[in-house]
Amino acid sequence: MSALLFQAFVYLCAAVIAVPIAKRLGLGSVLGYLIAGIFIGPVIGLVGSETEEIKHFAEFGVVMMLFLVGLELEPRLLWKMRARLLGLGGLQVAITTALIAGICLLLGIYWSVALAIGLIFSLSSTAIVLQTLNEKGLTKTEGGRSSFSVLLFQDIAVIPMLALIPLLALPEMAGSGLEAGAVHSSGVAEHHQQMSLVEGLPGWGYALVVLGAVALVVLGGHFLSRPLFRFIAESRLREIFTASALLLVIGIALLMSLVDLSPALGTFLAGVVLANSEFRHELESNIEPFKGLLLGLFFITVGAGIDFGVLFGDFGTLLGLTLGVMALKGMVLFGLGRLFRLGPGDGWLFTLSLAQAGEFGFVLLGFSLQNSVIPTETAKTLSLVVALSMLLTPVLFILYEKLILPRLGSSEAQEPDSIDEQGTVVIAGIGRFGQIVNRLLVASDVRTVVLDHEAAMIDTLRKVGTKSYYGDASRPELLHAAGMENARVFIVAIDDRDRSVEMVEHVRRHYPQVKILARAFDVNHLYLLKKAGADLAVREMFDASLELGAQALKTLGLHPFKVEKMARAFRRHDESGLEQLYGFWDENPDIARNRAFLAHAKEHGESLKEMMEADRLQLHDRTERGWTPPPKGYTKHLDA
Amino acid sequence: MTYFENHKHTEGGVSLKRSILVLFAHPSLERSEVNRPLAEATSRVDGVTFVDLYAEYPDLAIDVDREQARLLEHDVLVFMYPLYWYSTPAILKEWQDLVLEHDFAYGSKGTALHGKLFFSALTAGGAEAGYCAEGFNHFTIRQLLHPLEQMAILCGMVYLPPFALFGARTAVEEGRVDAHIADWIRALTALRTDRLDIEAARGLPKLNSHLDSIILEG
Repeated sequence: MSALLFQAFVYLCAAVIAVPIAKRLGLGSVLGYLIAGIFIGPVIGLVGSETEEIKHFAEFGVVMMLFLVGLELEPRLLWKMRARLLGLGGLQVAITTALIAGICLLLGIYWSVALAIGLIFSLSSTAIVLQTLNEKGLTKTEGGRSSFSVLLFQDIAVIPMLALIPLLALPEMAGSGLEAGAVHSSGVAEHHQQMSLVEGLPGWGYALVVLGAVALVVLGGHFLSRPLFRFIAESRLREIFTASALLLVIGIALLMSLVDLSPALGTFLAGVVLANSEFRHELESNIEPFKGLLLGLFFITVGAGIDFGVLFGDFGTLLGLTLGVMALKGMVLFGLGRLFRLGPGDGWLFTLSLAQAGEFGFVLLGFSLQNSVIPTETAKTLSLVVALSMLLTPVLFILYEKLILPRLGSSEAQEPDSIDEQGTVVIAGIGRFGQIVNRLLVASDVRTVVLDHEAAMIDTLRKVGTKSYYGDASRPELLHAAGMENARVFIVAIDDRDRSVEMVEHVRRHYPQVKILARAFDVNHLYLLKKAGADLAVREMFDASLELGAQALKTLGLHPFKVEKMARAFRRHDESGLEQLYGFWDENPDIARNRAFLAHAKEHGESLKEMMEADRLQLHDRTERGWTPPPKGYTKHLDA
Repeated sequence: MTYFENHKHTEGGVSLKRSILVLFAHPSLERSEVNRPLAEATSRVDGVTFVDLYAEYPDLAIDVDREQARLLEHDVLVFMYPLYWYSTPAILKEWQDLVLEHDFAYGSKGTALHGKLFFSALTAGGAEAGYCAEGFNHFTIRQLLHPLEQMAILCGMVYLPPFALFGARTAVEEGRVDAHIADWIRALTALRTDRLDIEAARGLPKLNSHLDSIILEG
């Protein structure tokens, strides 16, 4: 037990120290994790061989990441990407494999080994690239989208590659492969040997099982997930929702590995199916922290797994190989970028972001070793090249930011958001209050995203076409998932006083650009909201009460316009009083200040009385200064 | 304090030739000395639809359809108001801006108001002597009301001079109110029964300057 705690402590400690420092230095979190891994692994030797095992566990972070990517990608968008996915992705994998294999052949390597090496290096790192693109806000750029298409294609291409590799086995190495494989076994490879539903099935049977599994994910996601999640949501137990979200991802990953499909692909598919669901943001916010931690862990293990002995034994060759591979991959990518007419900025982003080898490279490498495709010594070298190239990727991103972006000028650098993502309003709470706010906004063609923890309410709203999501709107992750980064206005319409103040504080701190409009319970709450950073707070009862008072006056026979003027004057007086009193207000008033506040409040109350009194006495007052007839005889001096 | 209900009298004794719509606008009626009794008297006249615009639209959100329908039902349109800065109170301007739509009141298809009569019934604080080139107001009341006159012309209406009470701030003290109201009711009644000499009235500086000469005995 204490050993496990110690390990966890070491990993967390390294991450907590290294990542913020790396981010502060502008290196990005991925490099931070890698450096942390190098430090606790090869440098001070706190962790050792167990990192391999942890890495396989942590690879699940990639699966979760693809689930999240799928959630962001509606089927419509995926279909729009098809040309880029197949064309760009297919060409990248094919050309890179062919080139690298060709060079290996020229170097005198046996053809099957050369092909395996080509396949291994054709893949890039989904984990590093997507994480970094996300962190730097580049996912929506053309370059970012192209990179994503290629990564997705690669993730799919891994499956046939895994099928191909056993066929490449070197006859003279058969037998010795298994013991070597034990060191470098991978999660996917293990599944291959341990559990499979499709082993021994004929080709057509396999195809049927695979189709069945995919259909299960798509149809289940489409028809079963909603009632199921609604049922779970109604229990109002947050951890059970989290558990069910995890269950979903793990279940699909398991199903996919059982039928020899990529778990990442399966969860991606499930994500796409659920992209239109009202539970999307809640799922996102639940899975996100797990994904982040697992990916971080994965990067640490990559860093920790670097064998300094081998590395410094032949550092020059290794570095040369790494740079050579990256240069070659980069050239292919750059050419493809040109072919697919990416702008110069996007072309460079595309080139630099995908030039590394990736975690699937490790997987293929381990699998190749197991199947006696690649000799052990070669595998050790290759594995270091893969790790080094991953280590260099954040550097390339920095290169892109510091060297390429500035030369392109600002217009190229940052693509403007597409129109449908501008001017969004996020409304937290869609009870009686939020509904009216939302209806007004929607009627004015404003795009709103609605969050509420009442699943039934969300359901009703979705039926009438309102974009609404289930989730506790006071949770920062959900706000993030709802797209607060792109929101112009955030409206707090929930009826929980303390939570709404917390929410305002959180949003103000993390999204300084957004305008916050909040529903206040009473004056004190209004002040709390303002103090928390709300740009505007409106008392929920004020307008209705004023309206009812006005209606009462009309019922008593007062002229409607007189009533209107009284109500206007009352509102103005009340609002100016609110502002004046805010100066004396204190969240936790001591007696002295409290007295000052009360005294001012009293004074203000009296002036209201005076004001109304004055009106009764037919004096000039602010209810109608502008409309009052001039005093009698006002023309006398004019006539003179 | 009570305010006027909207009255509409369409039935009545003798032959009613014209129906009259009075749009009344006074933003501080509770202080009114002349318009208030004037308005009360008006609302009691048969064949007159009396509308207190500020009562009906205290937030100035005028119902265009309803106002246009009212216009179609009447032959005479009267703006009744105290003169505010040589013009109508704001709600009457808003009424013009909203109700007199293109292709309703003007434009190639805007013939809804053709042939109807239009004039103002106003009270002014300053003495009549002030409303001339030499006076402190420098313009006659007809000159000051040119925008309304042109509005009527563009809408194909027949414009009549204003039925005006000057020196309104001292009218009560000087005992002029009752006579003015009586004149107003006479004029309204004559108009309603087509006993007002429209042609003769058109050229007058104000409608009530020679009331006896333009009201025909019937």
